[in-house]
This record gives sequence, C-alpha cells and structure tokens, in this order.
Amino acid sequence: MSHPAYDVVIIGAGIVGAACARECARAGLRVAVVEAEFVGGGATSTGMGHIVVMDDSEPQFALTRYSQQLWHEIAPELPAEVEYMACGTLWIAADEQEMQEVRRKQQYYGARRVPTEILDPRALYEAEPHLRRGLVGALLVPEDLVIYAPCAARFLMRQAQTHSCDLYLDRVTEIRDDGVVLQKGGALSAGTVINAAGTWAPELTPGLEMRPRKGHLIITDRYPGFVRHQLVELGYLKSAHVLTAESFAFNVQPRVTGQLLIGSSRQFGVEGKGIDNHIVAGMLARACVYLPELAKMSAIRCWTGFRAATADKLPVIGKCPGREHLYLATGHEGLGITTSLATGRLLLDQLLQRTPAIPVEPYSPSRDMEVAHA
Amino acid sequence: MSDRRQFDVLVVGGGPAGIAAACCAAEAALRVAIADDNPALGGQIWRGEHSSPSSKEAAFWYQRVKDLRVEHLAGTRVFAQVDSRTLAAETDTSVSELSFRSLILATGARERFLPFPGWTLPNVMGAGGLQALAKSGWNVRGRKVVVAGTGPLLLAVAAHLREYGADVRLIAEQASRRQLLAFSLSLWRQPSKLNDALSLRRQLLGVPYLPSCWPIAAAGKHKLESVSVRRGAKTWSVPCDYLACGFHLVPNTELAALLGCVVENGKVRVDELQQTTMPDVYCAGEPTGIGGLELSLVEGQIAGHAAAGRLDPARRLFAKRDKMRRFAAALERAFVLRPELQELPRPETLVCRCEDVSLSRLREHSSWRAAKLLTRCGMGPCQGRICGPALEFLLDWKPESVRPPVFPVRVESLIATAVRTDSETMHNSALRS
Amino acid sequence: MRDAVQMKVNGVTVRVPRGSTVAAAVLLAGRSGFRRSVSGELRGPLCGMGICFECRVAVDGQPHMRSCQMLCREGMEVTLSE
Repeated sequence: MSHPAYDVVIIGAGIVGAACARECARAGLRVAVVEAEFVGGGATSTGMGHIVVMDDSEPQFALTRYSQQLWHEIAPELPAEVEYMACGTLWIAADEQEMQEVRRKQQYYGARRVPTEILDPRALYEAEPHLRRGLVGALLVPEDLVIYAPCAARFLMRQAQTHSCDLYLDRVTEIRDDGVVLQKGGALSAGTVINAAGTWAPELTPGLEMRPRKGHLIITDRYPGFVRHQLVELGYLKSAHVLTAESFAFNVQPRVTGQLLIGSSRQFGVEGKGIDNHIVAGMLARACVYLPELAKMSAIRCWTGFRAATADKLPVIGKCPGREHLYLATGHEGLGITTSLATGRLLLDQLLQRTPAIPVEPYSPSRDMEVAHA
Repeated sequence: MSDRRQFDVLVVGGGPAGIAAACCAAEAALRVAIADDNPALGGQIWRGEHSSPSSKEAAFWYQRVKDLRVEHLAGTRVFAQVDSRTLAAETDTSVSELSFRSLILATGARERFLPFPGWTLPNVMGAGGLQALAKSGWNVRGRKVVVAGTGPLLLAVAAHLREYGADVRLIAEQASRRQLLAFSLSLWRQPSKLNDALSLRRQLLGVPYLPSCWPIAAAGKHKLESVSVRRGAKTWSVPCDYLACGFHLVPNTELAALLGCVVENGKVRVDELQQTTMPDVYCAGEPTGIGGLELSLVEGQIAGHAAAGRLDPARRLFAKRDKMRRFAAALERAFVLRPELQELPRPETLVCRCEDVSLSRLREHSSWRAAKLLTRCGMGPCQGRICGPALEFLLDWKPESVRPPVFPVRVESLIATAVRTDSETMHNSALRS
Repeated sequence: MRDAVQMKVNGVTVRVPRGSTVAAAVLLAGRSGFRRSVSGELRGPLCGMGICFECRVAVDGQPHMRSCQMLCREGMEVTLSE
C-alpha cells in the first residue's frame, strides 16, 4: 500500500494529537494523523474538560496559562457542540489554613497578571448558594473555563484537515526512523514522527516513563443554575500530587445543560476500566461534604478514564533523546485539555526551531528519559 | 446507611415470569422476594391487575404469590452489584442491599421505538406505553387513537384501549398480508392462541386493520394532531389524539450483562434449567428471547423450581416450554421489520431524545462509541434504552458494555451501597477532610 | 368519585381515582407537555413503563421523578417546569 510522503506523522488524535496536527498543518507542513479508534477518544473523551491555570510549579503555570490564552483566542471559532463556557473556577477554602493558601495563590497569580478575586463567605454564598455553610472563602479565577473536549478535538482535526492533513483510522505498530508501520498494512513515511498516543505512548516508545492514573467521574441529571462555576477544593492539589495509591478531591463542574460532572479521584496501579464502587462512594461522599444537596440528585452515569502521568507531573513536549526524528507530546496527567493548544504550539516551535513563547526545557523528554536505542 | 436484606431466592422483575418463578421457589419453603420497579406486581401485561385480574390465569398467579407469602419489594430498582451475592437497590425513599443464594432475573422487555418525523410530539407513545398509561388512570375515553407498528401486541393494545373507551381509528401493521396469513396458519397448532386471536378480532370489529401499512410522520403544533400513514403507493393523514406505536419488544438484558452473564444477539443465554452462565443466576421470560405470556410463565416456573433445587418439577415443564418457543419463533419470523422503515427518519429527525441528537449528526460517525462520545447520544437518563434499539435497526450499531449504575439513582444510594468495612475507613477519612 | 385522591398540579387542584399515577393526574390537569427537552421541545410520556424518562416532573419539590411510575398521594404537589 503506498501513501504519499509526509513531513510529520502524528500518532493519536486525542486533543493533544489534534492540536499538534492543527499547528503543523497551518504552518504548511504535510501532516498525517494515525488514530486507532476515533478522533477525540482516549483520555480526551473521559475527562472533565476544565481549562485551568495551575500554580504548583513555575513550568506548570507557564504552560497552563499560555495554553489558556490560546483557548481564549480560539473561542470565537469554536462550534456550539464544544460547549465553551467561561464559568471560571472557585478554589474553595474550608478553614483558615486553606484561606492562607487562597491569599498566596492570589499573590502568585497577581504577580503573573492572572486576574483573580478573593471571595469572603458572604460573596462566596452569593456566588454559589448551595455550598455548605461554614466555609471561609474562595479564590475566583474568572478566566478559567470549561469545554466538551471530544468535540474540541474534532474541531481541531477538522481545522487541520482544511490544510494538508490526512487522517488514517489505523493503529501504529512500530515507529521507525523514516515513519511508522500501520497495523492494516503498509507504512507512512515521514521526516518526523510525533508520539501523542497518551497512555499508549510507552508501548511505542520504550523508555518513556509514564503510568496510567485512573479516575472516575459521575454525571447527574439536569439541575440548571445549581452550580455556576467549576468548584474545586484546595485539597485537590494535594490529591493530584500525592503518590499514594488512592486519593479523592472535591471537583464539580456545571455543563451547559445544567448537568453536574462530579469528580475527582486518582488511583495508581489499577489497570481495569471497570467501576470501583468504593472509589465512587468516596468521591461522592467528599462532594456531598461541600454540596449537601448533591445527595438527593439523580446520578445518570459513571465512567472511568486513565490519565498519562509522568514522575514530575509535567508533560513531555519535545524531541525524544537519542532519536533524531521522533518527538513526544504526552504525559499531561489531568491537564491535557488545558495544555493541548500550547503543546501543539511548542512542538511546532521546536520542529521549526523557532523561539517558543515560554521556555520548553522543563518539558523536555530528556530530563528523565534514558537515551533510547536508535 | 442502607438496609441489608437476606433471601434464599431473589427475583428481579415482578411480571408473569417473576411471579411464577417466585411462587415455584417459595413452594420449597424458601425465603423469596420479588424486587420490582413498579408500584404493584404484574409487569406490563398484567399492569394494574393486582386488584382486578383480567384472566383466570392472572387471578391464579396473583393469589398464589400472596398465599405463598412471597415478599414484594415494590418501587424497587436494582442498580448495581455489591458482591457476587448481593445487589444494590433503591426506592424513592430508601436504599438497600439485597443478598441471595440464588438470583432469578425476570426483567422483561421494552418496546422498540423507530424514529420518524414528529415522533417526539407529546401523545406519540409506545403501543404498550399507552396501554400501560391507560391502565394507570390515563384517560383515553372518547379520544381518537391510531395503533401502529407490528405484532399481535397491536391488537391486544387496540382491544384494551377500546375497553377503556378510546375510539381506535386504525391499526397499521407493517407486516404484509402474506406474512400475517402465514402466522395465522401457524396458530392452528396452538388452539389457545387461536382463540385469543379470534376473540381479539371480534373485539375490534369496525376498526380497520391494515397490513403493509406504517406511520411516516406525526403532525401537530404542541401535541399530536394527526398521523400520516403509508400503504403501498398511497399515503393519507389520520386525525388523532394519540398514536400508540411499537415495533417489537427488546429484551431488558442490562442487569444480566452487568452481572457477567453471557448475552448473545440481545438475549441472555440460559441452559435447560434457565440457568445463565453465572453460577446461581437464572433468567426467565422475555430476556431469554421474546416469546409472550405463556412462555414467560413456563420459563419462570422452571427457573423457580431449579433455583430451589427441585429439578423434577422443572423438567416436567420442558415440553410445554418447547411448544411455546416454537410459537415465539413463528412470531419472530412473521413480523420481521421491513427495510422501508429504515428510511422513515429524515436527517433532522431526532434519534436520541435525551440529548436531542439528529440522525444526520449520528451518521457522521462510524461506530456507536464514537457517536456516543461526540454527540452525547445514549448518555442521557435512559442510558441508551430508547435510542439503542432504533440505532441497531437503522445503522446496525451494537450496544456497548454495561456499567453501573444500570439505572439512574440518587447520589446517596451510590454512596450507601458501596461502603464496605475495608473502605469504610476511607469513606470516613474523606468525610473528615 | 369514590376513593379519590386530591392533589395539585402547578397549583391547580385535581382529584384522581386512587391508584392512578402522577402522569394521569398531569393529564387530568390539562397538560400533554410534561417538560422540555435539552433543545426546548415539548415532551410527554413515551414508554409508560419508567425507562424513557420523558415524563419527569417535580413532586413535592423533588425534581426528575418519573410520573408514570409514581402513585398519587393525598396532598401531593406536582410542578411542571414547562
């Protein structure tokens, strides 16, 4: 089977692969994307779609903020099915210690020109009347937003396809120096391969250290206006970074229909996709602590997903050490939706050897990868 | 906190199969309960008949289930599995864990809805749907009704609605006259069925019953006002207040699938004793294959006897079951859905009613899974029960695997029934923060 | 009407025979449209057996109750958002 030669072959059409495809195609490169299931699948289809700035490290902040600004730029072009909602995030403080964290965050973001507002209890309950009493305040980050990620991925792919971009529904079995081998037969030749295969990435690139981190989500029936912002407890950060087997954190998101997405949970070392009842129970119990009326609400569906997690919680965006033609764009843990656009941009910058808008060294794959055998 | 109940035999589903199963199990002096979502026993066909059975058969079984002291867990919907011998269930006010030594799934069937322009208008309902509503107090007296779709169910529904005072204007059967004739001839071997058929015809004198006829559109401003039907080259409009339309029944196999039972071609696989592929889990009635009332009663009895370890009474019913199964097979052959029905929906016709997804948007995708994630079809409260069978017919898409909860439930019910001793600590620490 | 139940649908008092479902009471109150779909279409009961969720109404302040499966109770208050 003979195919045209490409400048770039991208493995995976989740939101990261799709973002890379869009950047590369718009820059005039001849792009092929190989997707084993469907555009917008993998972790893209199972996550919350929260686009959020994070402050747990300088590189994490830089990446999330840069990407969030790219989302703001692209917003007018997004079709209705992407459900772009500029609802903002409320980081909720349950005690004085967490309130200090709120103040620290405000300073941190303020110094970096991210608008925020501290809400005292009165303002918090005016903003979110259904939160339980006794909370001490919150940090509002109004520029955070929410999207429906699978449709966003599809939009990005379609944009790519208006330039020179071919989509192959197939599975890559091997990455070679001159391209990729396809399961259905044949190969695609390309000057550069980008591995954006998420949790499947290490299968194709041995030496890439990533572990899947399972999460559960629940969606409720429609309760319009019950929650207006994405609500997250400050303990979320502890949960996201703790390396023990299981953790929960209160994280609730309103959808345009008024349905509530309830998360979040993290598990390491669990491979099965099945629902873990005790995890769901723990997660929901935590959510009910903050929003007591959730208890009586109708939960329609439950599902799981796997986040691709690296050891230092930063993604790998750049050339694979020891391989001249292979780039990696994966390992985004719970921030893949947020940082997808910046990932695509930074990858393209590296391909074209342009100066990127933010330093890329922190996301370099060689920071903790052994040089892979050629 | 959830109630914890223990039974020897738990029956899920309170229709004829479930009632028969529970009675036969209870005869062996076992602790038996029926968990059923409806307010009263009877399933669909005997809905509302607990106080006034419409047949000697129904009266017999209602009396028996009472005499044998089978516990009836009304308004109870099973939604998840707690462990290999315990199910989680919820009512409007409580949540419980139901443990069993043997489990009999008698979850019945639902109607297949085929989309066509206007099918989402208020007062377009299922055939069994309108009958169920009428039996629950929905007033159809003097209202004009068109019954459409396929199968003997249409006649039963039409006759019933007439009894409630409805003015049945037309029964539109999509099968051809030849198919109907072949089916009628096969009834000679089942005299009781023939009797039923003749009696139905008598009850429906004066009502046009047209084969090769099907609805092509429903019209009305805020609710149904008329239905357009087609027959051959002719199409015409029938003014009506209700359209009761059903295109076959589809087994409710979700709970069986959740428990790990093998489900093939949409039916739960069972052996001659009605046992599924999971130990101590039986299945009886429509989920093993649509076959009607008599077959459901026989399968229920076999399952009940078998679950109680009484194999001889079970085996004595095998011949009757075989006979009923032959009728079921004839039914399936006779009323095959014609391909023209695949052309009924227009591109803008909604297929998923929970998320308002049109056929054209669904056609953009090559699989059920992709369509689901990119359009949200099947992600609503019906969990794909309404759109799934339609899409299987229209696009040959097979349903995905089942996850808990198999039914929407309150958040508190999910919390209460998943808390176990080892994770109770985690639950408490989560609460403490 | 012997053995009737008195209740309210959107503030309107209706009397239904005991054993009727909330769906029947809503009809009696003169409504065919029970609720609106995600895109705003008027909807009413479809399956009559509790699986389609098209017949949802608020009962005594609790939303999303399947009216075809609920029996009417004396003093019950049903609200249709539509």
